[in-house]
Amino acid sequence: MGLLSKKDTKLITDPLADNNPITIQVLGICSALAITAELKASIVMSISVMFVLGLGNVVISLMRNIIPSKIRIIVQLTVVAALVIIVDQVLKAFAYELSKTLSVFVGLIITNCIIMGRFEAFALANGPWKSFLDGIGNSLGYAVILIIVGFFRELLGSGTLLGFPVLGDPIAKTGLYAIGYENNGFMLLSPMALIVVGIIIWVQRTRNKALVEDH
Amino acid sequence: MENRTDKNSYTIIFAIAMVIVVGALLAFTASSLSPKISENQRIEKQQNILYAMGVNDNDESSAIFVSTQDAPELFNKYISKQLVIKNGEVSEDDQAYLIDLKKDKAAAGGDPAKRNLPLFVGEKDGVTHYIIPIYGKGLWDAIWGYVSLDENMVIQGAYFDHKGETPGLGANIKQRYFMDDFIGEHVLDDSGTFKGVTVAKGNADPINENKTDNEVDAIAGATITGDGVTAMIKSDLKLYKPYFDNLKNN
Repeated sequence: MGLLSKKDTKLITDPLADNNPITIQVLGICSALAITAELKASIVMSISVMFVLGLGNVVISLMRNIIPSKIRIIVQLTVVAALVIIVDQVLKAFAYELSKTLSVFVGLIITNCIIMGRFEAFALANGPWKSFLDGIGNSLGYAVILIIVGFFRELLGSGTLLGFPVLGDPIAKTGLYAIGYENNGFMLLSPMALIVVGIIIWVQRTRNKALVEDH
Repeated sequence: MENRTDKNSYTIIFAIAMVIVVGALLAFTASSLSPKISENQRIEKQQNILYAMGVNDNDESSAIFVSTQDAPELFNKYISKQLVIKNGEVSEDDQAYLIDLKKDKAAAGGDPAKRNLPLFVGEKDGVTHYIIPIYGKGLWDAIWGYVSLDENMVIQGAYFDHKGETPGLGANIKQRYFMDDFIGEHVLDDSGTFKGVTVAKGNADPINENKTDNEVDAIAGATITGDGVTAMIKSDLKLYKPYFDNLKNN
C-alpha cells in the first residue's frame, strides 16, 4: 500500500469533478464571484483556502469528540477566525508583500461556506488524516473552478492573463483590437461570474448524466 | 443515553475554556509579532514616499518599489526635509512620515487647523519634489496614497494603495497605468484656484494627453473607488495650498 489508500485517493479526486464543492455542493459561490476578475487573485485565494481548510479540518477533527453539539457552529467559526488571524499576522511579519496581496481575501475566507460546510459534513465525523485529505481535495476542486472562471473573466474582460496583455493593446489598437475586438467590461462584474459558473455546471451535467437530479 | 457533551454545564465550561485558549493564543501571536510588523510598515511608508518621487525599480509596465534593504538608506539620501504643518506653522520633524493620517484626522474632528500635516521635501535629478500623503475611503475600505508636486502644484508622481478594494476593479488604482496618468496633471486651474484632479468616467481623452484639464481616465467598473481617489486628492491636497502660495511669494 502506498502513501494513500484507494479510499484516500478518492477523497482528493472526487471533489475535483463529480463532487465539486462549487458546482455540485454549491458551496463557496460568493467568494468565487467576488474575486475571479483576475487570474492571479483566483490562484492566491485558492492557496489561502487550501491552507485554512486543510488545517482547520484537522483541528476540528481532533476536537470532534469534545465539541458540545449545541455550540458547534460557534466553535467552528472560532477555529477558522483564529487560524486566519494567525496566518495573517505571521505573513505580515515575515512576508509583508504577500500579506498585502492576501488582505482582501482574509475576510472572505472566514465567511467562505466551503470551510464551514466541510467542517460540518466531514471533519466532525472523521479522523484527522482523512479530514486533511478532504480539506485538500475540496480546496483543489474549488481552485479548479476559480481558475477556469478567472481565466475567462480576465481574458475577455481585460484582454490580459496574469496581468500580461495577450490580445494586444486596447488603447493603441494593436493585435485583436486592430480588427475591431473590444474588451467586454461586463465580464469584470460579478453577475458574469455567475453566468460562467452556470455554464460550467451545464457542461458538467451534460457530460455526466448521473449528476442530474430527478424530479 | 445522553452524551456528556450535551450537558449545559459542559457546554458553558467548554465555551469559557475555548475563549481563554483562543484569546491567549491570539494575544501571544499579536504581541510577539508586532515589533516586526510595525518595522515592515515603517519601511513600506519610506518605499511609498520614494516611489512617489520617482525613486523606484519600475520595469516597463509594473510598479516596483526599491528593495526593503535599500529603502532606509535611500530615504535618508533623497528626502532632505520632513515637515509638519499645523495651523499654518511649519516645523521640521524627522519622524513626520510616521504620522498616522487616519488617527490625526479623527483627532482633529474635521477642523483642518488642528491637523498635523506631514510634508516631505526631496530632490532627485535637480528637481525638487514636495510629497504629500493623502488618505480617504474607497468602496470597501481605506485608500491612501502619496502625491509628489512641484512648486507650481503640478503632479510629478503618485502612488495609490488600498486596503480591500475589489481585485481586477478598484484594486487597479495601484496599477502603474493608472498612477502614471496623474503625472503632469495640474492641481490648480488656469486662474490659480485649487481644483484637484478628477477621476472621470466618459473621459474623451483616454490617452491622457491634455494634462491641464484636471482629469484622468477612470477604471471601468471601479466608479466608487475612483470617486474616492478624486475626493481624497481634493480634500487633502487643498490643505497644503497656503504652503505653496507662501513658497511662491518668497
